[in-house]
Amino acid sequence: MHKMPDAQPAFQFVDMRQQHDVARLGMWVFLATEVLFFGGLILSYSAYRTGYPTGFAEAARHTKIVIGTANTAILLTSSFLVAWAVTVARLRDSRFAALLLWTAALLGVVFLVLKGVEYSAEFNEHLLPGFGFAFSGPHIHAAHLFFSFYLVATGLHAVHVAVGIVVLVVIGLRAHQRAYSDLYHSPITVAGLYWHFVDLVWIFLFALIYLPGRGG
Amino acid sequence: MTRTRRPPRVLLLSWLALLALLATTVTIAYIPLGVANTVIAIIIAAVKGAIVAAIFMELRERNPLTVTFAGAGFFWLGIMLWLALADYVTRPNFPPVMKWGL
Repeated sequence: MHKMPDAQPAFQFVDMRQQHDVARLGMWVFLATEVLFFGGLILSYSAYRTGYPTGFAEAARHTKIVIGTANTAILLTSSFLVAWAVTVARLRDSRFAALLLWTAALLGVVFLVLKGVEYSAEFNEHLLPGFGFAFSGPHIHAAHLFFSFYLVATGLHAVHVAVGIVVLVVIGLRAHQRAYSDLYHSPITVAGLYWHFVDLVWIFLFALIYLPGRGG
Repeated sequence: MTRTRRPPRVLLLSWLALLALLATTVTIAYIPLGVANTVIAIIIAAVKGAIVAAIFMELRERNPLTVTFAGAGFFWLGIMLWLALADYVTRPNFPPVMKWGL
């Protein structure tokens, strides 16, 4: 019966289990810093939204909710595929794990393309601060703050998505080369954690950017 | 070699629940409910986030060290939002009156 050679831990670890726990913990430490990184942006948004409730609602009505909703569904789906890929890789079905990871990466690319379409529409409507911003009505100051948050928060998020796409493609290649198994799967687990976090951030950005001001 | 090419049930159900919550939150956003719109949107986002963290990020395995480190990030986020917003929402002259174009 064909059996893969068992993976050996790096010298500083007692066993594969400990090595895996350390890798996962390291990623969570990084993600905790990321929580506070995006948290600072969300704090400033919250402060100014309580200050300008009407202006923020008025500005948020100008965001492209169809693209925003589609992009949320796309990221949720890609996250699901990555979670599935992690379970599949542990079962040593490497080719299928690679396929799932690459599909998830492709969905990430679709996300960025749609984001580009959205930015371009907003550029044409003079909604992007720093690129000829204009807003009719009494709420221009609040709208400028809202779209500054929008541009910075979604821009930084898009950078995270771009990094995640590269990571998923590389990890997919490694999976394709049968690098992972039930004993050794830290890279795919850790890459998955990062991608899910990018999804998590978007869930909150979606609620703060696209949903306000729709009800009247 | 076992080949399971159907997604684990819990992952499939989580994904469907996330999409259902997305549809729900967008629908509710169009119903005028005043402040409740914001509260509902945040609660639904938190539920979606909890599903992603618990199922996709495997926090439901309850590895004590991982849960502590994950929780620490959100704990400090909570402190930051709480203290900073306690300041901003109680300032008598916030936001300052500003003129556009200065």
